[in-house]
Amino acid sequence: MHINIIKPNKENLTSFVSIGSFFILIGFADFIFNTFLNLNFTGFLPDTLSYLIPIIFGLIGLYLIRVEFSGNRLLDRINNNFNSSNFNALLSLLVIFSLIKFIPPLLNWFIFDADFAGNTKQDCTGSGACWVFVKVWLNRFVYGMYPDIEQWRINTAFFLLFFLVGASFFVPSKLKKYLLLFLLFIYPIIGFKLISGGDFGLKYIETGAWGGLSLTFIVSAFALILCFPIGMFLALGRRSNLPAIRYSSIGFIELWRGVPLITVLFMSAVMFPMFLPDGTYVDKLIRVLIAITLFEAAYMAEVIRGGLQALPKGQYEAAKSLGMGYWRMHFLIVLPQALKLVIPGIANTFLALVKDTPLIFVVGLLELAGMVNLAKTNPEWLGMAMEGYVFAGLVFWVICYAMSRYSQNLEKKLSTER
Amino acid sequence: MKNIIELKNVNKWFDKFQALKDVNLEVKQQEKIVICGPSGSGKSTLIRCINRLEEHQDGQIIVDGNEISENTKDIEKIRAEVGMVFQQFNLFPHLSILDNCTLAPIWVKKMPKKQAEEVAMKNLERVQISDQAKKFPGQLSGGQQQRCALARALCMEPKIMLFDEPTSALDPEMIKEVLDSMVDLAKAGMTMIVVTHEMGFAKEVADNMIFMDEGRIVEKAKTKDFFNNPKSDRTKLFLSQIL
Repeated sequence: MHINIIKPNKENLTSFVSIGSFFILIGFADFIFNTFLNLNFTGFLPDTLSYLIPIIFGLIGLYLIRVEFSGNRLLDRINNNFNSSNFNALLSLLVIFSLIKFIPPLLNWFIFDADFAGNTKQDCTGSGACWVFVKVWLNRFVYGMYPDIEQWRINTAFFLLFFLVGASFFVPSKLKKYLLLFLLFIYPIIGFKLISGGDFGLKYIETGAWGGLSLTFIVSAFALILCFPIGMFLALGRRSNLPAIRYSSIGFIELWRGVPLITVLFMSAVMFPMFLPDGTYVDKLIRVLIAITLFEAAYMAEVIRGGLQALPKGQYEAAKSLGMGYWRMHFLIVLPQALKLVIPGIANTFLALVKDTPLIFVVGLLELAGMVNLAKTNPEWLGMAMEGYVFAGLVFWVICYAMSRYSQNLEKKLSTER
Repeated sequence: MKNIIELKNVNKWFDKFQALKDVNLEVKQQEKIVICGPSGSGKSTLIRCINRLEEHQDGQIIVDGNEISENTKDIEKIRAEVGMVFQQFNLFPHLSILDNCTLAPIWVKKMPKKQAEEVAMKNLERVQISDQAKKFPGQLSGGQQQRCALARALCMEPKIMLFDEPTSALDPEMIKEVLDSMVDLAKAGMTMIVVTHEMGFAKEVADNMIFMDEGRIVEKAKTKDFFNNPKSDRTKLFLSQIL
């Protein structure tokens, strides 16, 4: 005997779809009444069953509308993307139900019940977030303890940076080389002088007063730019034929990779000055920058080495057979390909670096997260930890997501595959 | 005519395995030599020793009057005079066909960019892929890639060309286009050492044939003699199997 399980087909499609949609509708209606209006129509059923009613109805409904090809675009799209099997249907329902359950409360906290107006904690009367806290402290979050009237110097430095970087996309390729050299070697000095001052009639501002988001940018940018070439040479060194270079590279990499960043920072602040001759003083921020740079360079070296190893031996041989020496072979043939291969890994390291910057609090430097940490302990603003950290998290996310997108674009642009 | 390459009692080991045993070879200018033999017989190792992609441990290799050893200072200079075409093409995938050809002339020979491009286009024309100059290697067929590799080597204006099984990685129908380019090159008077199993090509082009087995040169003879009355039994066996 052949058991004929009811299945939709071309002929009875309309009736199946209407019955199926009806079931799905009941499922969703029950769930929505339960969640938002606290009405439980299925309360007469045993607890477990009552709880599962939306899922059961949803599954039955989705089963009834599952047809291989109907010709209706909406129905086909639903079937292909959310409803290709019973298991997929279950997952789709679970995801949709949890979105319905959790998104509205989040939105309420973020926007609808949140307070934006006012200047003190007492202005926050709603049950949502108190964005007044972020608004009042925004200046500190961005500039740290940098004096208000001198903040134009930070702004100028960053505007100059953005202007130069932006310009580098538009100038002809001949000028671009000089612009990049300027950006790499001269701009950092200008920027540093502008922000720290001490010359040209600018008031000296010690690095301890730097802070907030601008410090996050300064630390990240310096470390990113410097750790890359160092990592590159370490990677080459680790593959060198000369034992002295190879073993010192291995030693350097393994030493820095084996130590937690927080320890390195602490040592740079506390132990390093002990090795300096009396009277010499290296600024705290510079010590921290060097420490982070060397730390990340060790990671960068291993990422780049991965790319070097992925390159076929034939590339080296072809370069050699054309009469290229070690440096030409590496800079013209090997590194361009190896670096392209490891763009995802490089981006990974860069993102990790940006997110590691808050650790500089151990030496008393407060970047964005550090400033949030400080502000939330202010007696007038107690209990604002959530808003502060959510804000800091969002800012970090925006920075990191932008970097991630950029790396993906770069990958696409440099791809020479078919 | 004088010898441009001389190998005297060359021995080479990979760890314990001896890849070359007492190899003696003289190549005159404009001479075309085809090396054949079973796989693992040391053919590739032999020609890779000539531009020192492999190092020999014993004996003398003299290329264009310079002895090649670990003491050779400017090995790059010698390599620049010895072009090589590989089995796997080994084009640079991140550069266009034109850039593949101009890179070494610009950076090694210090040729002005414009002149290098002219030379490159001339050589691409010679191997009939000048219309592909702007493409990347990944967009070309195997035969086109190998011809580009040939053009790339020619752009350095080498005195000697080494071919390491240039057609072994190609589809049958693409072999001919590569061999045609190589025949043209031979007719133009290039000194060539070719490792290949293409016996038709060997008969057409080679002045001398070399048969290698187990790291030794078993037989070296004029091409006609080699095919018509090979002396050693090993050669006879090999030829009977591949012809």
